[in-house]
Amino acid sequence: MAILVSKDTRLVVQGMTGRAGTFYTDQIIDYGTTVVGGVRPGRGGTRHLMLPVFDTVPKAVAETDANASLVFVPAPNAADAMIEAIEAGIGLVVCVTERVPILDMVRVRHALNGSSTRLVGPNSQGLLAPGLAKLGVMSVDDATPGPVGIVSRSASLTSEIVAQATAAGLGQSTTVGIGGDPIHGVGFVDCLRLFMDDPETGAVVLIGEIGGREEEAAAAYLAEAKPEKPVVALVAGRHAPPERRMGHAGALELFGEGGARAKGEALRAAGAHVAPDAAGIVPLLQGALKGRA
Amino acid sequence: MNLHEFQAKEILGRRGVPVPEGQVAWTPDEAARVAREIRAPRFAVKAQILAGGRGEAGGIHFGATAESVGKLAGSLIGRTLVTSQTGAEGRTVRRVYVEAAVAAAREVYLAILVDRAKGGVALVGTEAGGGDVEARIRADPGLLATLPLEGLRRPDDAALRGFAGRIGLGGAVEAKATALMKALVVTLLELDATLIEINPLVVTEADDLVAVDVKMVLDDNALYRHPDLRALKDDDEADPVELEAQRHDINFVRMDGDIGVVTNGAGLGLATHDMLSDAGGRPANFMDIRTTATSLQIAKGIGLLLSNPKVAVILVNVHGGGMTRCDTIVEALGIAVRRSGRSVPVVFRVAGQNAGQARTMMVDRRIRHERVDGMADAAKRAVALAKGGRG
Repeated sequence: MAILVSKDTRLVVQGMTGRAGTFYTDQIIDYGTTVVGGVRPGRGGTRHLMLPVFDTVPKAVAETDANASLVFVPAPNAADAMIEAIEAGIGLVVCVTERVPILDMVRVRHALNGSSTRLVGPNSQGLLAPGLAKLGVMSVDDATPGPVGIVSRSASLTSEIVAQATAAGLGQSTTVGIGGDPIHGVGFVDCLRLFMDDPETGAVVLIGEIGGREEEAAAAYLAEAKPEKPVVALVAGRHAPPERRMGHAGALELFGEGGARAKGEALRAAGAHVAPDAAGIVPLLQGALKGRA
Repeated sequence: MNLHEFQAKEILGRRGVPVPEGQVAWTPDEAARVAREIRAPRFAVKAQILAGGRGEAGGIHFGATAESVGKLAGSLIGRTLVTSQTGAEGRTVRRVYVEAAVAAAREVYLAILVDRAKGGVALVGTEAGGGDVEARIRADPGLLATLPLEGLRRPDDAALRGFAGRIGLGGAVEAKATALMKALVVTLLELDATLIEINPLVVTEADDLVAVDVKMVLDDNALYRHPDLRALKDDDEADPVELEAQRHDINFVRMDGDIGVVTNGAGLGLATHDMLSDAGGRPANFMDIRTTATSLQIAKGIGLLLSNPKVAVILVNVHGGGMTRCDTIVEALGIAVRRSGRSVPVVFRVAGQNAGQARTMMVDRRIRHERVDGMADAAKRAVALAKGGRG
């Protein structure tokens, strides 16, 4: 078991025929993910990567029983693609597209209200359930199945922690990139809840960074829910100069949005094990898991 | 993309928001001429830089005559203004905005913005506007009244009237306030703005509303929909090195240390900085190589580090994945080192996709480097080399 995906996940890829879509879909199939088709308006009825291509998501769902979608559609049309999947009743939509206009994401969030869809992203590496399914663009070389759930705002740091964990003999249940954009789908709290309910996850790593309020929200959740499973957290950017844009559009300290130190303090006060730096996560994880065994 | 005050006022003025009469001036003479044309009893002379906090930093002055306006402009133009938002290096004032000064009976804070926590757009405001409002809101977020929009739908009149009442814009100014708010909503939605802030929104003795200062931020990701607005981009204040990096798909922030940092991904970049700083090092830059960057583009980014004489050591900390493979970084490093002809010690730490191949290539291509396999050890080694170089 993993969170968000299972062996019954049937994936359709929106934007499969493009350069990035082709490159990554090939790897995703290779990883063993059940990919049932692609969507590309105007290409319905053709085949790509030996899979059927459909004009619309509803058509793909009707023909293939797809229940998950991965969106590679370029930014100008990414929001419409996400909304199409949401309206088609797809249960899990993962969007890796970068640079989606923020007001488009307001529309997407509005479409999510009252729907049964969970959205991961945009501007996310996607999610990986090692040995089970890959719905994203991350490298899988270092990933291995195991008890650690990872939820992160950073793709590169996730890969780094996955590699360190695997080297220490700690596999992963699922890794989820919630995305670096200010407005996105599932957040830290959603994923923490899912990991706490997942019998195969024994501990959770939360990788946050400066900007936004989600680490604070995660801390409030942990303080309230007091989950039994240990949570190890890292908040990157303690030494970032304030009011400068550091890569992610979301990473702006504005209007009282928390700095890395305040976020780390909030998580520590809520019972999380806060790592001093990226090398400190795995030792804390080992200690926390040993304490429970 | 941040707009200058004068650009934001021109946009809002055209859309029916009352703004003081004013014009931009590049020289003291021009400023005096603008004052004569406007014919107000008193003038404001305001430094045009892309940062807030100008008032407290001495960037806004008042004069009663065209002569004094000219003098004030002369004292501002060419000066470096350090405000709470510019960092220690400040910003050079290249032009001023001269406008009719407005006598305020009251000052209100009103803004429309994208609220990331709620995932929506909201009007926000407080009846106690003015210079220190950000600090007061920071201390007590409850000061802000908010009116969230339903998706991207415009609020109805009743909702706007109710909101106006909550921020001190009811009664005699209610009709003017709701019209102004409608203009703000339409402007944000049509221009893909993420923030339009009026502070102060002045209520005069005659119950008129005037937007005395305006801040506007546009969504960079939506500029492709607004070619006309792209032309408003003022790169004069941007760091030329950072602009050059951006052109090559690399997010780059220049800092004043001596360790050049090559990292991919914002999170790994931030985490690398934390490690370097904790170990007593001083990064020369922040770098986030985007996954779409080619080896030639990355070479440009590394070249920017090599051309900085302060850089005493380069730390490569890359976790390969997706389309950024470790061997691509070596290609780039080789090109950049050959081009620069400068011999700077390189601490080389790679992991993830094609890391082994990349390490072999570094040796085969005889790129001088020290290989370190752990991230923390690499950071410490870079700090030690930088300190050695300094001593």
